[in-house]
Amino acid sequence: MSSTTNTTTIGTIGAPSRRNTELAMLIFAVLIPVFAYINVGLAKTGSVPAGVLGYSLGLGLLAGVAHLVVRKWAPYADPLMLPIATLLNGMGLIFIWRLDQEPTLGKAMAPNQLMWSTLGVAFFLAILIFLKDHRVLQRYTYISMVVALVLLVAPMFFPGVNGAKIWITIPGLGSLQPGEFAKIIIAVFFAGYLMVKRDALALASRRFMGLYLPRGRDLGPILVIWALSLMILVFETDLGTSLLFFGLFVVMLYVATERTSWIVFGLLLSAGGAVAVATFESHVQTRVHNWLNPLELLNGGVTETAQAMYAFGSGGILGSGLGQGYSRLILGIAPKSDYILATVGEEIGLAGLMATLMLYGLLIERGIRTALAARDPFGKLLAIGLSGAFALQVFVVAGGVTGLIPLTGMTMPFLAQGGSSVIANWALVAILLRISDTARRPAPAPAPSTDAEMTQVVRP
Amino acid sequence: MNKPLRRVAIFCGLLVLALLVRVNWVQFVQGDALKNDPHNRRVAIERYSIPRGNIIVDGKAITGYTTTDSGDFKYKRTYKNGKMWAPVTGYASQAFDANQLEKLNDDILTGTDDRLFFSRTVDMFTGSKQKGGNVVTTLDAKAQKAAFQGLGHQKGAVAAINPETGAILALASTPSYDPSTFAGMSNKDSEAYNGLQKKNNPDEPMLNRALRQTYPPGSTFKVVTASAALQNGLYDDVDSSTRSPLPYTLPDTSGVELKNEGNIPCKNASLREALRVSCNTVFGKISADLGNKKMKAEAEKFGFNNPDINTPVRASESIFPEDNRPQNAMAGIGQASNRATPLQMAMVASAVANGGKLMKPYMVDQLVAPNLNVVQQHTPKEMSEPLSPENAQKVQSMMETVVKSGTGTNAQIPGVTVGGKTGTAQHGEDNKDNPYAWFISYAKTDKGTPVAVAVVIEGSDTLRDDIAGGRLAAPIAKHVMQAVLEGEK
Repeated sequence: MSSTTNTTTIGTIGAPSRRNTELAMLIFAVLIPVFAYINVGLAKTGSVPAGVLGYSLGLGLLAGVAHLVVRKWAPYADPLMLPIATLLNGMGLIFIWRLDQEPTLGKAMAPNQLMWSTLGVAFFLAILIFLKDHRVLQRYTYISMVVALVLLVAPMFFPGVNGAKIWITIPGLGSLQPGEFAKIIIAVFFAGYLMVKRDALALASRRFMGLYLPRGRDLGPILVIWALSLMILVFETDLGTSLLFFGLFVVMLYVATERTSWIVFGLLLSAGGAVAVATFESHVQTRVHNWLNPLELLNGGVTETAQAMYAFGSGGILGSGLGQGYSRLILGIAPKSDYILATVGEEIGLAGLMATLMLYGLLIERGIRTALAARDPFGKLLAIGLSGAFALQVFVVAGGVTGLIPLTGMTMPFLAQGGSSVIANWALVAILLRISDTARRPAPAPAPSTDAEMTQVVRP
Repeated sequence: MNKPLRRVAIFCGLLVLALLVRVNWVQFVQGDALKNDPHNRRVAIERYSIPRGNIIVDGKAITGYTTTDSGDFKYKRTYKNGKMWAPVTGYASQAFDANQLEKLNDDILTGTDDRLFFSRTVDMFTGSKQKGGNVVTTLDAKAQKAAFQGLGHQKGAVAAINPETGAILALASTPSYDPSTFAGMSNKDSEAYNGLQKKNNPDEPMLNRALRQTYPPGSTFKVVTASAALQNGLYDDVDSSTRSPLPYTLPDTSGVELKNEGNIPCKNASLREALRVSCNTVFGKISADLGNKKMKAEAEKFGFNNPDINTPVRASESIFPEDNRPQNAMAGIGQASNRATPLQMAMVASAVANGGKLMKPYMVDQLVAPNLNVVQQHTPKEMSEPLSPENAQKVQSMMETVVKSGTGTNAQIPGVTVGGKTGTAQHGEDNKDNPYAWFISYAKTDKGTPVAVAVVIEGSDTLRDDIAGGRLAAPIAKHVMQAVLEGEK
């Protein structure tokens, strides 16, 4: 790591804390969902909804407490991440509540989601308070690996939901999506492993046809991870998760070793794997078929994919207005989770959807900026790993719902309904904030050097 | 590690950019196509979210709307006397789309027509509720009632036209259906709709017989054949002998005789006499003498072989075939492959009555915006001139003789000049099915010629001669003409 080239991005010394900026942003992040809530109520019933006071106070309280905790325990943390996460989570709650108004979409989910969001924020606060230094996580490199593997493999022993086996069902408690937590834990493992092995991977390689081929024992882990991601795909029929983990590993390898050949290997292996799986996995074939023929009629009826496309198209540039769209036509539970972007696109239009995507983009880039600013390789790798995972997830979900790529069963971070997702993403933001706090913290004033004084003594 | 980090940052930026480009593509470039896709249910939801405009007859709406509480659709179409008006309005159903006038003028009725932009904008600013525009038809409620009641329980159709303008005055078809019964989208509506389909109801109540069903026109076609004879100079005088033999052998056959219905004086009969008693031999010979080409040309001037007769509801194409000589001779008396819709035969009568000029038939006079501004006004158009004025006079006098002292006496109206022609069309293999009873006519007063009408009744099981047309169909035509004449006074 050369310390001479990275100082232009964030000044490492004497950076202002920007806590007041964060507070101002947070006020917006709370006010916008509150107005949206009132808007939905006015559109659906013609009156201000009864819960508006409670909702405003609740969201304001969550944001306020989070802000105070950041002020106290991570005073130099990035000022944008918390407001963006709050805004996305707040808007997600509004959209879920808005979809709860449609009787055809099943039972109300907003109250549960509010509870999970509160838990998520609590988790966020706990991490900021108890994780004083992210480098502590380095100690748990191999434990993380074991935990991540257990979490990934566990859903195989539980029944699948909607064709994908990504759930752990605990009777009486509900279900859990371990993939969401695994993505953080596996980033910790990768960061710890690569920090140790990066020199071996980068340097001990033979040149072959213009590419650097690493030694077998160094190549081993990527092959293991590749095989694992394919296994997840095959046994749990979860295209999204396998793509996420594989992409995450390739990105982190690339950053750690600065070798472009890893990207090439990664692309080749993932392409090969995807083709191989797509040839015999009917679930994946269906997804690809739906992607290529989004408006096809199945059994004389309009498919979910087509309904989502119609929702986007009908929203147009400015949208139909909150509460005034018909995204409920996308039947089932999906409108509140995987397809929630369709509601966003229909009701707040292209403008609103672009703003939402920009918020995600901003959060991702703030995360990468944190990686740039971090002063230790573990922090850098962890930050890029978390941001990369987040970016891939946003791309895979949003790309899938808008028909850019085949659909995969993942949730839109913060926006979509789902307890595991919202808690895991708050934890992710907390870790990024912790790293950025460390990165932006002013260096301690140089200790007065007695030697320096000595050199100034003019010899007689 | 910072160089790859920057590259990853760019890569993530590209991912977000790709998403932004994609949503622009879906919501902006493809937006309108997706929004208006017929499978997009929002199209239907929007359509039924405002009161649909009305179809107007004689200044009164024959349609209406009611609100529904169930489902996505707020407003539902209703019909007043739906059975009688179904061949005019068609239907508009939440579950089964729409057809005929309801479908063709959908943009006006739902208020989405571009020409209503101004009216919509004003509504938006004044805060009044958006409404659909109206369709003002040319129909005559009394004539329609006379036609519908005249048909009664029989299977058949009536088409009446104002010969001077081409305005359609009556358009009845029986058995009929009430479009109100399936205007909604409940199970009851589906049952009603399915029960009306051909496979469940052999009577085909949803078939618009006046416009969409072709029949062999039988002897009523002799009016066209007579016109062809006069127009092509085969005969000049309608009262001199046509030099026709009896029995008459079909050309190019080894002694197949064309028979008349009963023992009627057809040998060397004049055109007038031949039409009066409806001689097959005379008109078969005329058709054969003129040849297929000339016969076809004259029939086409009357509107045959034209697939684009849009009233605006499209009428099925009536056929005068290209055929060999014996078949052509048969076509000359409205048999063989000759096919006509009731509207087509009403057009024949109207062209004769209008001094030889055929006006384009139409049934929508005006499209009106919700604020009553006229969006579109129909102006009568001439379609063709199948007869010269002199020859039109001659054919008129012949048709008037038919009603005065021929097969069509049942259509006489005191104090009014009525011209007509009966027909009984054989059909089925070896003509074993029940024949169709036809009657075409027009009524003239000193003020003008306000009505021409064609009536067809399927399955007249009584008489297999030309009297059937006169006995069954002529009284209906008479009542329709009377209804129009009363309105004129």
